[in-house]
Amino acid sequence: MTLLSVQNLNIFFDLPEARVRAVENLNFSVRSGEILGIVGESGSGKTQAVLSILGLLASNGYSEGSVRFEDRELLNADERELNKIRGAKIAMIFQDPMASLNPYLRIRTQMIEVLVRHLGMNSKDALQRAIDVLDRVKIAGARSRIHAYPHEFSGGMRQRVMIAMALLCNPRLIIADEPTTALDVTVQAQILVLLRELTREANVSILLVTHDLGVVAEICDHVLVMYAGRMMEYAGVNEIFEHPYHPYTQALLRSIPRIDHEKNEKLRVIPGNPPDLLHKPKGCPFSVRCERCFDRCTTHPLEEKQMKGARRVACHLDPT
Amino acid sequence: MFLSRTKNNLGDLENFSPIDSRSLWQDAWRRLLKNKAAVVSGFLLLCFVFLIVFGPMFSAHQYDELDFESISSPPDLSGHLFGTDGLGRDLFVRTLMGGRISLAIGLIATLVSLVIGVSYGAIAGYLGGKIDAMMMRFVDILYALPFMFFVILLTVVFGRSIVLMFIAIGAVNWLDMARIVRGQTLGLKQKEFVEAARTCGVTPFGIIFRHIVPNLLGFISAYVTLTIPQVILVESFLSFLGLGVQEPETSWGALVNQGTQEMGTAPWSLIFPAVFLTVTLFCFNFIGDGLRDALDPKDHR
Amino acid sequence: MSSGPDVKSSKPLLKVEDLVVRYPIASGKLFATNRFFKAVNGVSFDLNRGEVLGLVGESGCGKSTLARTLLRLVEPSVGKIYFNGENLVGLSPKILRKTRQKMQMIFQDPLASLNPRMTVGTIIAEPLGVYHNNLGRDEISQRVGTMMERVGLSPSQINRYPHQFSGGQCQRIGIARALILQPDLVICDEPVSALDVSVQAQIINLLADLQRAMGLSLLFISHDLSIVKQISDRVMVMYLGKIIEINQADALYRVPKHPYTQALIQAIPIPDPKRSGDRPHDIVMGELPSPLNPPTACMFHPRCPIATAQCRQEVPALKVSGDSGRGSVACHLA
Repeated sequence: MTLLSVQNLNIFFDLPEARVRAVENLNFSVRSGEILGIVGESGSGKTQAVLSILGLLASNGYSEGSVRFEDRELLNADERELNKIRGAKIAMIFQDPMASLNPYLRIRTQMIEVLVRHLGMNSKDALQRAIDVLDRVKIAGARSRIHAYPHEFSGGMRQRVMIAMALLCNPRLIIADEPTTALDVTVQAQILVLLRELTREANVSILLVTHDLGVVAEICDHVLVMYAGRMMEYAGVNEIFEHPYHPYTQALLRSIPRIDHEKNEKLRVIPGNPPDLLHKPKGCPFSVRCERCFDRCTTHPLEEKQMKGARRVACHLDPT
Repeated sequence: MFLSRTKNNLGDLENFSPIDSRSLWQDAWRRLLKNKAAVVSGFLLLCFVFLIVFGPMFSAHQYDELDFESISSPPDLSGHLFGTDGLGRDLFVRTLMGGRISLAIGLIATLVSLVIGVSYGAIAGYLGGKIDAMMMRFVDILYALPFMFFVILLTVVFGRSIVLMFIAIGAVNWLDMARIVRGQTLGLKQKEFVEAARTCGVTPFGIIFRHIVPNLLGFISAYVTLTIPQVILVESFLSFLGLGVQEPETSWGALVNQGTQEMGTAPWSLIFPAVFLTVTLFCFNFIGDGLRDALDPKDHR
Repeated sequence: MSSGPDVKSSKPLLKVEDLVVRYPIASGKLFATNRFFKAVNGVSFDLNRGEVLGLVGESGCGKSTLARTLLRLVEPSVGKIYFNGENLVGLSPKILRKTRQKMQMIFQDPLASLNPRMTVGTIIAEPLGVYHNNLGRDEISQRVGTMMERVGLSPSQINRYPHQFSGGQCQRIGIARALILQPDLVICDEPVSALDVSVQAQIINLLADLQRAMGLSLLFISHDLSIVKQISDRVMVMYLGKIIEINQADALYRVPKHPYTQALIQAIPIPDPKRSGDRPHDIVMGELPSPLNPPTACMFHPRCPIATAQCRQEVPALKVSGDSGRGSVACHLA
């Protein structure tokens, strides 16, 4: 069942120099119980795309297209409508948990507030529920730790608290923006296991935004690769990693050093730098760095092509 | 042989779009020109300076010339443009001459406090440790001296003079500058480019004046444009209290002081200097705000 | 790189002995600072000529402090740092400056490491001005231009300012500045972690190329074990200010001896869904303890899945581990 469906999403920003398009004709959907990974580099528009779902774009940005969640249209819905959904049906986890927790309030206060506001629980039930959720994200001694302040938790524990906050109202979808980027690898592994378990047990879907292909391979079901505001390739996680189709995906996978590979050869490099939004190349945004670029790539706008299975690709090369 | 190896690294030369080399200063200047209030203020200020410098030369009257024919006479386009004061002195010339002194004190005292304050603050902040602690305690002690008491003491000992005004105001103003610059330096010191300079073997002196101070200049220049009106105001205040410039020399503050005494009979003797003073202060403040916005690093993408 | 070992002479270029960096902990009381936090806690190692030595560890393990101490940007509390046979600790600033021109550093944040008010040319030329102030203007700009070409920048960009470059290009500028004095040792502190994924490989390859071509020694610091594996001859693993394992890169990755090294390697997500599914995840529990109040004895014991009573009582020494004779590990059970 499709939980979230994003169609023809376009996001613009008004910069002092000009208006730029940060996301261009983006289409994707999230099924219930699925983890969809959106991978991209900085400036690929991945974060803006998910922020627009909850109407959280910066004040100089606006969006066009359609974002349907369950049977409601979210894009440009009014604030009151969105507030009912934010935190309740769709929850969000950010890279820096400290930035989204109020340092002056106890965890207890912050969690209970959410429950009282969204579900109208009384504070005694709310406290019990908060403790249960902290247990669920494996915070040891939840009953006493809930009285602590955010700074009394370590980085990984804070991220667990954030996940617990996200789970409070039994959301259908969690949007996680680089949830493990600020964490050490050993802690990252723990958090990834936790996220995977949650989708199995709580039947929650996760929209995971990351730049780390390793994280994607670890927990995602489907992957959407973005570059310079465009979808380059979408496929199941196995297909993407085994048979990457798009030259960008291929090049990216070849260029990252891997711990499971012998170090005998040099890394295959992608030349150049990601384009900035003000100077996007004509045609395919990757064309200037692409080793298989031909004349059509630099002149004609990209179109999405449906391939075998669920795979979709935006590339001028013939699908052979 | 070497180049062929790094050939694929050269790939990004080609897709580098031609951009002019623009320094942060040029960027800031461009942003400042977009700020209407600052541009108008700058223009007004330039007009004032021009008037103050050259105006008295073209006037038929001297600033200390007494005209007993027309004591406290109202403004008159053919005679005394701004009228005269209780001693029959031409107010137009006196206002411009007062402007010379007010602006001179504002600029020179600020410049003095700038040079001392920036060097002192940057050195204390960069060297840190005991030196910093000692230098800043000294500043604290000077801070603790009551300013008015200090000025009165100076005037009692040395008599009233303009030079004394420079010393008195500068001596107090650099303390603020030193404190602020030290705070900024502490932040900049942690930056990697300062560490990089240290690894390259640049001496502490070189780091302070090549790396730290240039990066403070934007901030300082905004602060300075806000300091100048403050200094002018302090001078006016002192002159108002009778501690400032000596007659027949005058400043805006002294003129306003005199004007208030004759306010009932000759309101023009208050209005003209007060307008000049206020407009100048406004202009400096608008320019300062504009500069601060233009140089705000948060604005850079 | 594989050519590393045969370039090296018998004497190490850099020899660090029992280095300790302590910071006083503000105790809240006005004058009492009798407690110390040891950011680097008794580190010893050698770095040979022409060798790339990797240093890995999680955030807060003291790897950046160690790097800065080697250059004496941070003063060591105890210990010796021999560079080219000369102990840097205790040298006067003047002599230190002379000795240090053969040691350079590349920083993590490429843009922050460049003075925003200077042009690229001035930035790269700055070390020349310090050490070769007899050089003429033309000579300097010619050397800067050559160096820019070597790191993959066009000399025509010499008058631009850092903010006009992308992250990868800024890092190239940083590399050019570090190499213009033709140093023997370059300390790279997380040189690619602030860069985009598609640009990281360019910088890694560039560093590897330059290292080989100029016969550099590198101390390559990163939290990312895959990147360290790509470039290093030998690798050290640091945990809470101590080196807990050091070995040839291939041996360390093939047979990690210390349980912490094992955990680190296992925790890295592999971009291959087939392989990531079947490996154990839960091998290491918990998180890095607060360095202000570190565990006693073996510092890893609270998180170690195989800790014994001995681990809770005795500090394990870094000792040569059996078979290969080249690696050392600080674990009672290895």
